[in-house]
Amino acid sequence: MSDKKEKQEIIVTGFGGQGIILAGRIIGMAAALRDDKESTLVQSYGPESRGGACCAQVVISNTIIQYPYITTPDILACMSQSAYEKYYRSLKPGGFLLTDKDLVIPQDDRLCFAIPATRMAEELGRKMMANIIMVGFTTAVTNLVTKEAALFAVTSSVPKGTEKMNTKAFNLGFDYGLSKLKGLEKRAGGQTGAKNEA
Amino acid sequence: MKPAVDTGKHFINGDIACAEGAIAAGCLFFGGYPITPATEVAEHMSERLPHVGGTYIQMEDEIAAMTSILGGAWTGKKTMTATSGPGFSLMMETVGLAIVTETPCVVVNVQRGGPSTGLPTQGAQADMMQAKWGSHGDYEIIALAPSSPQEMFDLTITAFNLSEKYRTPVFIMSDEIVGHMSEKVVIPKKEAIKTISRIQPRGKKNNFHPFKPGPNGVAPMPSIGQGYKVHVTGLTHDEKGYPVMSVDTQAEMMERLLGKIRNNLDDIIMTDQYLLDDADIVIVSYGVSSRTSYTAVDMAREQGIKAGLLRLITVWPFPDRLIKELALRVKGFITVEINMGQISREVERCAGYKAPSYLAGHPGGAVVPPEQVISIMKEAF
Repeated sequence: MSDKKEKQEIIVTGFGGQGIILAGRIIGMAAALRDDKESTLVQSYGPESRGGACCAQVVISNTIIQYPYITTPDILACMSQSAYEKYYRSLKPGGFLLTDKDLVIPQDDRLCFAIPATRMAEELGRKMMANIIMVGFTTAVTNLVTKEAALFAVTSSVPKGTEKMNTKAFNLGFDYGLSKLKGLEKRAGGQTGAKNEA
Repeated sequence: MKPAVDTGKHFINGDIACAEGAIAAGCLFFGGYPITPATEVAEHMSERLPHVGGTYIQMEDEIAAMTSILGGAWTGKKTMTATSGPGFSLMMETVGLAIVTETPCVVVNVQRGGPSTGLPTQGAQADMMQAKWGSHGDYEIIALAPSSPQEMFDLTITAFNLSEKYRTPVFIMSDEIVGHMSEKVVIPKKEAIKTISRIQPRGKKNNFHPFKPGPNGVAPMPSIGQGYKVHVTGLTHDEKGYPVMSVDTQAEMMERLLGKIRNNLDDIIMTDQYLLDDADIVIVSYGVSSRTSYTAVDMAREQGIKAGLLRLITVWPFPDRLIKELALRVKGFITVEINMGQISREVERCAGYKAPSYLAGHPGGAVVPPEQVISIMKEAF
């Protein structure tokens, strides 16, 4: 995504308990405190803390943001099927769709960047870090925030003593994102790959 | 241990910024009864107050939370509580006691959809009239409406300053959206933050009158334990603080309570104006709805409509004079708020027959979309 573009909007969505709001907070914090931009984070969630639908909306801009709500995001990161089904139609044409590969089955032919974030987190022994893997993946694929800023925000947002593990989770997602981008380039060069999935 | 003023750039939500503002203003007591969406204020105060030698008490309900901050204030401390609609209702009786006993304190209402339990996790601005008239009797109140986490910090300090200066409770009328929204908040250096503390009495401890106004209409306030003889009551009282059930004493007390606000409007009323100088149509808004309104003004201007914004930072006391003056030269007003007509009625009252006044309202649970403001604008003017 071009650096010149003034305003970028991302929706991160999934179930309560997956760390959706924290993922949004990390992205917003990275932009506001390290990338020298303005950002807003608003969230919607149900009265229950776990299991309900949950959505974080982050607007990042070079100028003051007045209206913090998003109707057509540039980037949509989905960590549950129901969240995907609720929001995928709102994604801007040419926008980035990112999903947890094992949790979301896409319903249309749009290019989708999928990562098995939850499975990777389980393999890491930290299921709750799937959101951090997703933040790393998003950072690599979209360039929404810089890697340095995102890592700063990750380590300042997670509980003390877990910074190393979370950095590892972030890097797993980031590297997976870079390899996806490479695969996409190859495909653009004529080589074959799975249909519509980067 | 963090210092009282946590200088630096932060990415925090409005509730936490409010708590940081309170600590920076010198608040040393919080009577808490957490409620969504104000919980983070209490949570953060409970974490931060011990760092600065303050006290957090988890009270048994909102009535006790409100009462505790009055008691705390009479020991000489700056005190605060935070709640949402249901708790605000329960606090109303004691708000009256704070007014009549001229007790400085700050009450934060992070508004959510109502009536009753309503929409706990979604915003509204529907307690605005309750802030003005929720307690019984006749009174003036000060209420501020922050529109961003930065203002949650800044205006909490202002709220304490006004409360200390005028010996009165001050409301921070926030909402779920501003309370839970995260943005960059810049906390300045300690030296750059202006704080005001109540004027304390000096001299003889005998024959002291704790309700005798000083030059600005406000009486110096002693703390319990300093040796001044103090009687504090909700009954109509004279300057000594003793109950006197007479028409004359009532009139004198009311003059004092109303006068200290009404005679200092220029000091208390704060507004922000955006493209108002050449505006034909004035959008009046406050709190989170003013963010919609800035966007609506920009959209209108792009379409060649001369719209401007009057943002109320102080909602109570209401800026009657300003609206009356504007009414003489503009085509009309649109008030943007998340209720079905509260502050819009005040605008209508002040505009009188000089200019029409419309509402761009919302029943609660979301912000007013800027498109709604534009469509009302086009239909009305």
